[in-house]
Amino acid sequence: MKQLSRTFGALTLTLALGLALALTGCEKAADKAADKPAAPAAQGPRTGELKVGFVYTSPVGDAGYSWAHDQGRIAVSKMEGVKTSFVEAVKEGADSERVIENMARGGYDLVFTTSFGFMDPTMKVAKDFPKVKFMHCSGFKAGENVSNYFGRIYQARYLTGMVAGSMTKSNIIGYVAAFPIPEVIRGINAFTLGVRSLNPKAQVRVVWTKTWFDPALEKDAAISLLDVGADVIAQHQDSAGPQEAAQQRGKYSIGYNSNMASFAPKAHLTSAVWNWAPLYEAIVKEVREGTWTGNRAIWWGMDKGIVDIAPFGPMVPKALQDKVLAQKALFVKGEDKVFVGPIKDQGGQVKIAAGVKAEDKDLLGMTWFVEGVVGSVQ
Amino acid sequence: MSPELVVALLAATVQAGTPILFATLGEIISERAGVLNLGVEGCMALASFAGFLVCHQTGSAWLGLAAGGCAGALLAGLHGLVCQVFLGNQVVSGLALTIFGVGLCNFLGTPYVGQATVGFQQFAVPALSELPLLGAVFFRQDALVYLSYLTPVAVWFLLWRTSLGLGLRAAGEMPAAAAAAGLNPLRLRFLGVLLGGFLCGLGGAYLSLAHTHLWTTSLSGGRGWVAVALVIFAFWRPGRAVAGAYLFGGIMAFQLRLQASGTNVPSSLLLMLPYVLTVLVLVLSAARARSAHGRGSAAPAALGVNIEPEG
Repeated sequence: MKQLSRTFGALTLTLALGLALALTGCEKAADKAADKPAAPAAQGPRTGELKVGFVYTSPVGDAGYSWAHDQGRIAVSKMEGVKTSFVEAVKEGADSERVIENMARGGYDLVFTTSFGFMDPTMKVAKDFPKVKFMHCSGFKAGENVSNYFGRIYQARYLTGMVAGSMTKSNIIGYVAAFPIPEVIRGINAFTLGVRSLNPKAQVRVVWTKTWFDPALEKDAAISLLDVGADVIAQHQDSAGPQEAAQQRGKYSIGYNSNMASFAPKAHLTSAVWNWAPLYEAIVKEVREGTWTGNRAIWWGMDKGIVDIAPFGPMVPKALQDKVLAQKALFVKGEDKVFVGPIKDQGGQVKIAAGVKAEDKDLLGMTWFVEGVVGSVQ
Repeated sequence: MSPELVVALLAATVQAGTPILFATLGEIISERAGVLNLGVEGCMALASFAGFLVCHQTGSAWLGLAAGGCAGALLAGLHGLVCQVFLGNQVVSGLALTIFGVGLCNFLGTPYVGQATVGFQQFAVPALSELPLLGAVFFRQDALVYLSYLTPVAVWFLLWRTSLGLGLRAAGEMPAAAAAAGLNPLRLRFLGVLLGGFLCGLGGAYLSLAHTHLWTTSLSGGRGWVAVALVIFAFWRPGRAVAGAYLFGGIMAFQLRLQASGTNVPSSLLLMLPYVLTVLVLVLSAARARSAHGRGSAAPAALGVNIEPEG
């Protein structure tokens, strides 16, 4: 009897564990056709249905980074003869390699992998599936059948910085930052340059959370910035935790990824937002027409409409709105002077000389803070 | 540091410590009754979702809180079933419970990610909130934080001032003696596990209902594991659990403020601080437990040992 109940206990355990694992590894999307042979080589214009896959690192329902990408996918799915599908909440690393490989095996013509951590898995799978085309977002590697792409969101950051710099009364602006990588540092720098273009006395204080999505911690980080006197809170993470903190204290906030106004209508000044549709449509069109090539780094800006700012909150004065919109018009025209010198670093040393425009490779490898940022770059 | 900053730091300490305090107290009851539940993280995760969902659907934060507690108790009950009835290994079952709870929370919660809920809001307690320093730190919080002030006292009273508490502790120290005294140690242990799970559930519900007001998966973020460690730090005593939870919450709040004040210390080091501290206090407590005056600091004698049925 004792033996039997032991065995049964072990069985229950195994069952619970198995169920738990099955649930954690659950993927929602329809990459069911895993056993189909890969699609035939697509040289020249493609006829027939084009299968396009998307891999996201977070759930799409978060109104954040992956949600923005999915808006682009929806636009693509409305193109004629295109079928799309996606897998969400894919962990970076080994898990993602399996998901990407499934898509490649499933006869997809084109796969978008939308997170930095998918870079090496994408490169690895691309090598094994030379006929499938891959687009990796925010990385720096490319190959015969891989190109990378990103957007000049720093232009939108600069504009939101102008708003923050004008709206602050304490001259302290808090920035809840994700990970100290060039993408985030570049955003903080562009934001700060925007702040100081209208308010040279203001400083931007940075708190790192080392998270992309942890509302509790990110809210705490925002509160710590409010405690030291910040009256505008900007952020890089997907969660609206910092927005909520600002509203609770009756201060202002600046969102990221999508329009975050709904989370904190009384605090939200504007957000730096993504609009991936034009880029995704163009890439799919290239593949369809047979003009797509690998080994490219595509970095579009406001001139192509893939980054923008959200509508201003009612508390932003008209005069300031006009000033920001005038600067936006310059970006839209293709005139990008965000990183034109003289630009000094935190120590006051000139990093970009007067009149010189920083090259893209310097921006992509940016690991120093501009003057006006208070905080450690690590 | 200005006086206002110190007050803000202490108030943030209380907020960060509260979910950990609930969970630590829950685990103390469970372990006092002899059942090691390593599934605290899973209980908190599932409860954070149950609390959010019920509050979201009914609009009542208190119903949400009750749902969170029940979800925690239910999951802990599964652990009780596996260990007490089927005599499964407590460590293995607890670990499975964490994986299961977090997985289930992510699976069920994904469609709701990003949605906001009203939950508990902060309000000042009349008179008490006017006290210098103490008022701003302790009495301008939300209802759950106020509840957390009473819980350690209640747990202490239950364990040391009631016959039920005596029975619970007997089941954890020497179940055979409890049985000889005419008690049913198996039933007592089950009760301890359920009560413990309920408190862990309150801790989880605090995260979604009072702290963020915003649903996302993985809200528990490792806080359950901190609670498991703090039980040892607390020598299985509610009073020391308060100190442990606030110490951990305090370091968490402090490192963020250190960053915000513009120090040049690498953030990786600062973010590590709370966990380094946890390891440190564990080592110190272990050393103390082994020393001569550490008699009152030892674990319940039958902790983690299943009661084998006769024959």
